[in-house]
Amino acid sequence: MATLKLTALRKNFGPVEVLHGIDLALTSGEMLVIVGASGCGKSTLLRLVAGLEAITSGAIELDGRDVARLDPAERDIAMVFQNYALYPHMSVFDNMAYALKIRGLTKPDIAARVRETAEMLGLAPLLARKPRQLSGGQRQRVAMGRAIVRHPKLFLFDEPLSNLDATLRVTMRAEIKRLQRRMAVTSLYVTHDQVEAMTLGDRLLVLHEGRAVQLATPMEVFERPANTYVAGFIGAPAMNFLPGALSHGGTAVSLDLGPVIPFADGKRDGAAGQRLTIGIRPEHIAPVPPGTDPTGLELQVDLLEPLGSETIVIGRLPNNELLSVKLPKNDAPTHSMRVAFPATHLHVFDAGTGLRLDPT
Amino acid sequence: MNNRTDWTAHIVLGLGVLLFLLPVWLVFSASTQNPAMIGRGELSFIPGTGLDVYWKVLTEGAPGVAPVWHLLLVSFGMAMAIAIGKILISVLSAYAIAFFRFPFRLACFWMIFFTLMLPVEVRIIPTYAVMAGFGLINTFTGLTMPLIASATATLLLRQTFLAIPDELVEAARMDGAGPLRFLRDILLPVSAANIAALFVILFVYGWNQYLWPLLVATDSRLDTIVIGIVKMIGADTSVEWNRVMATAVLAMLPPVAIVVLMQHWFVKGLTEGDK
Repeated sequence: MATLKLTALRKNFGPVEVLHGIDLALTSGEMLVIVGASGCGKSTLLRLVAGLEAITSGAIELDGRDVARLDPAERDIAMVFQNYALYPHMSVFDNMAYALKIRGLTKPDIAARVRETAEMLGLAPLLARKPRQLSGGQRQRVAMGRAIVRHPKLFLFDEPLSNLDATLRVTMRAEIKRLQRRMAVTSLYVTHDQVEAMTLGDRLLVLHEGRAVQLATPMEVFERPANTYVAGFIGAPAMNFLPGALSHGGTAVSLDLGPVIPFADGKRDGAAGQRLTIGIRPEHIAPVPPGTDPTGLELQVDLLEPLGSETIVIGRLPNNELLSVKLPKNDAPTHSMRVAFPATHLHVFDAGTGLRLDPT
Repeated sequence: MNNRTDWTAHIVLGLGVLLFLLPVWLVFSASTQNPAMIGRGELSFIPGTGLDVYWKVLTEGAPGVAPVWHLLLVSFGMAMAIAIGKILISVLSAYAIAFFRFPFRLACFWMIFFTLMLPVEVRIIPTYAVMAGFGLINTFTGLTMPLIASATATLLLRQTFLAIPDELVEAARMDGAGPLRFLRDILLPVSAANIAALFVILFVYGWNQYLWPLLVATDSRLDTIVIGIVKMIGADTSVEWNRVMATAVLAMLPPVAIVVLMQHWFVKGLTEGDK
């Protein structure tokens, strides 16, 4: 149970700056998920907190104590690695006991703590086995156990589920969430998987090219993405973007394709004709019967992706741009359809900066 | 693949085995025969009955040479000292080169690498001079120490260590293992198979040393088995070939025993990929 505070954290690899000043504060027991595409610096951020890489400048405070210059072991942080990093020559018991042994706990204490953790994770029958005799999910669990048994102040997860198959990933995801809630240990969780990010995090930090672009709850990130990058990154299939310009005194957008859509949530600041990017999620695009809606657009069906519970239609707009639409199961058209963009579900971004424009 | 026995392969393999076994068999056969017959060039493929020659050479040796048990002991001591010494030094130097960032690390690595171009034979005279300067001629230390410094083992172990996943090193760091503890608890056990394979190779290397022992140890108490065999042949009196051959057979046994004993580890070390 501890708070974590990062202040103006920077990291250079030689002349290349990979993290451009990250500020972050975690409350005690919070699970914060760091999400971003590969190369965005999310793993580097985690390794800085762990102490596996030296920071270039800034501060890392764990429970009010600056740990930025300390050795990993002195920080009281445990980490779950992507490839589990279990010691191959040690039994499950020894893997879990190793850190405790180094700290000089007595044998009965170690045995008691390892057993307690093993019970909690359902590892008790496996304690004598070697890592190579375990399945992927079991190894994952041992890696978690090795972290938990230390009772650390902070958990770090470095894409812990990315080596598991899809079914197991869902199970382990739920298990991690339950465990984290139950133990209420402050945690940083790095992933590139947006489903993991949405389901696990109390809050999300979206990283893009070494900068924090949005820090908010998962639902807020989904509903009010801070810029076009976040909007396109979170949500599957990805959000559609259409170019347009501000019109009608800031109360509507006139899309380059023709339709003019009024803003349902209010007026935007800006000169008439200011370039905008309008985002709309595939599930919010409404099919309309021909001729009923003047703002409708003709869509030529290019590809159908039936997912069982729904169908993704990827079609071409009159200007040949691609647009994806998510439809309920049986509504899939075969050749073309007419779609409209409901005013209530528009995301408005500045075309130049990509930043979200909120109503004034 | 089919399940039929591949006779061609078996025949080729059989011929190969025969080819390698033939000289060994000849040596064994000769050791049991009458030395006078061998001297006349009447060497038979069929072994004689003189098996007692083994006991004789072990306890008595041959004219001008120490008993073979003593020769074997010296050779065994030398080979073990070289193998263990080389591994101790190589583990530490490879550990430093593979895991630590220190000034001139690359320079150190290349210096070690370049010594590969200077085998014992090339540097034998200066080495002798150094040993003489230390007063180590005719000592066990002088016999073994110059052969211990080894680039080959360092390079092999460096590769082994580099193949260990970074995450394992990092996990140990997070667990609070310091450098020496990591070496002892994680690195050595994980590389055990490779080190065992290296041990076998180095033991045989040490066992087969000839030139250096010949030069540095003139005292017959420090004669190795290889030197002993040569001395037996070089004796002024007529050569007792059965004793020479018996000694040769005895000289083969320890390396074979080491290979057989460590075969499991040896093969694992050469073939194992998953760490």
